[in-house]
Amino acid sequence: MTSATDPDILVSVEQLYRWYGEHCAVRDLTLELRRGQVLGLLGPNGAGKSTTMGIISGNLAPSSGRVRIAGHDILDAPNEAKALLGYLPEVPPVYPELTVDEYLDYAAGLHHVTGRDRKPARQRAKDRCGLTEVGGRLIGNLSKGFRQRVGIAQSIIHNPLVVILDEPTVGLDPIQIREIRMLIKELGQDHAVILSTHILPEVLATCTDVKIINRGALVFSESMAEIGDRLRDTSFLVQTERSVNASVLESIPGVEAVEATDTGARIRHQAAASPAADVARAIVENGWGLLELTPERKTLEQVFVDLTTADTTHTEAA
Amino acid sequence: MVWHIAWRELRTLFLSPLAWCTLAVAQFLLAFVFLGQLEYFIATLQPQLLAIEGAPGVTDLVAMPVLGSATMVLLLIVPLLSMRLIAEERRTGTLKLLMSAPVSVHQIVIGKYLGLLLLLLLMIGMVMLMPLSLALGTSLDWGKLAAAALGLALMVGAFAAAGVFMSTLTSQPVVAAVSTFGLLLLLLILDWAGSMDARFTELFSYLSLQRHSQAMQSGNFNSADVVYYLLFITAFLGLAVRRLEADRLQR
Repeated sequence: MTSATDPDILVSVEQLYRWYGEHCAVRDLTLELRRGQVLGLLGPNGAGKSTTMGIISGNLAPSSGRVRIAGHDILDAPNEAKALLGYLPEVPPVYPELTVDEYLDYAAGLHHVTGRDRKPARQRAKDRCGLTEVGGRLIGNLSKGFRQRVGIAQSIIHNPLVVILDEPTVGLDPIQIREIRMLIKELGQDHAVILSTHILPEVLATCTDVKIINRGALVFSESMAEIGDRLRDTSFLVQTERSVNASVLESIPGVEAVEATDTGARIRHQAAASPAADVARAIVENGWGLLELTPERKTLEQVFVDLTTADTTHTEAA
Repeated sequence: MVWHIAWRELRTLFLSPLAWCTLAVAQFLLAFVFLGQLEYFIATLQPQLLAIEGAPGVTDLVAMPVLGSATMVLLLIVPLLSMRLIAEERRTGTLKLLMSAPVSVHQIVIGKYLGLLLLLLLMIGMVMLMPLSLALGTSLDWGKLAAAALGLALMVGAFAAAGVFMSTLTSQPVVAAVSTFGLLLLLLILDWAGSMDARFTELFSYLSLQRHSQAMQSGNFNSADVVYYLLFITAFLGLAVRRLEADRLQR
């Protein structure tokens, strides 16, 4: 196996299945994650995201298949594998009766961060998650956003190679969300990060790879660069004062089709080269009065909806 | 690692009013028993005993009833303290912190058990101070007292182990408390049933928790009794480990 020898492959999941009685929550899931990758796991509710993350983190046993963290099998060598893991479950696993500092010390101790290393580790985790002000406060008295941050701090306190975050930005305000996204990007530089979310812009902002899970199976798996191509705009809308002559615009190189609308036209073109400049010039030269030119972007949301809804019939047939 | 978990468990107990409250209530109840026995001993028994050769002393007539009542008080208290150990963590999701840390399941179980045991030993220590205070004014039978204290500690250790196991079975702390109480009470009174049918007498009285500490409370230190308690504790902690490991397999 290549994954056992290649030191850069930090997470390797092979043919993972997980059954809850009759219900199959994860079906034949295979993925690999290298150092420097931030993987966004997307999927509708109940798709199997949390189950997958629970299995990778060692909280759940797979029905079949194997998970290795930097070459250590999560079932055969759980302690070695878990020492390299940081995990934030859906609900942050915090003790309300402890202060932030006490809690982080406890988490550090559980991960074998002992003695003199503990204080700097706690300080670094607090700095990274913006918790320096609340170190002495009881977790029970903190807001949901702060608890979430304490949960993230707990997952990175031992500087793990692999960080698994289950919906890390839930309950945070927009500024905190930006900070956490920055943190995730930063972590992604020398760690491997898996995060699940249902906020699609978050994936675009932080991830290098995207996988979409639907009904337990992987339905989409691409790197951000590939997605960039897929999402590149293929049409734009023009608004004009007077109606346009479609045949003039169609003759412009690069334009594939022109549809007249109430206020102007929708112009379709090839993904590679946008003829927006030429179209604008033609409209101005003909005196149609250009008011607005808006590129129409295919969003990740559309891709997501296409895959998770159109696929329903497909999976049932299969 | 085990101590790290045990220490946090103990801290958590003392951060909530629970530990303080139970310590205070236990101390108050047993102080009431102690003072009652002492009063009875001084006013009624002592003059009569003077006449008897080799009569039971203050250790038998004051200290032993106090320790006997302590068993009953602890029977009520242990389920309340042990119920949240794992059930509560499962309910709030903090168990995931332990399960995803590089800590094995038996370390988790033993750590939690020791955390609870430390509190209970502290409680026994405080209860023991009352009979020990008699040493200021009279001479005590130290061997008998030590055997009784050891018996009580082993019994409480067994209570706690059963409590830990029951706590792994559920995510509702109260359910864990009720079932722990039921199990312990059953094991305490098992030797009553033993007297009904001759065939089971030996078995039931062997299984009974009470029998084994009765010997020690009368100052009769028997290694078989110690082994019984150690087996009891190991068995229930082993079951707890098994149960917690099974958590990962199905849910």
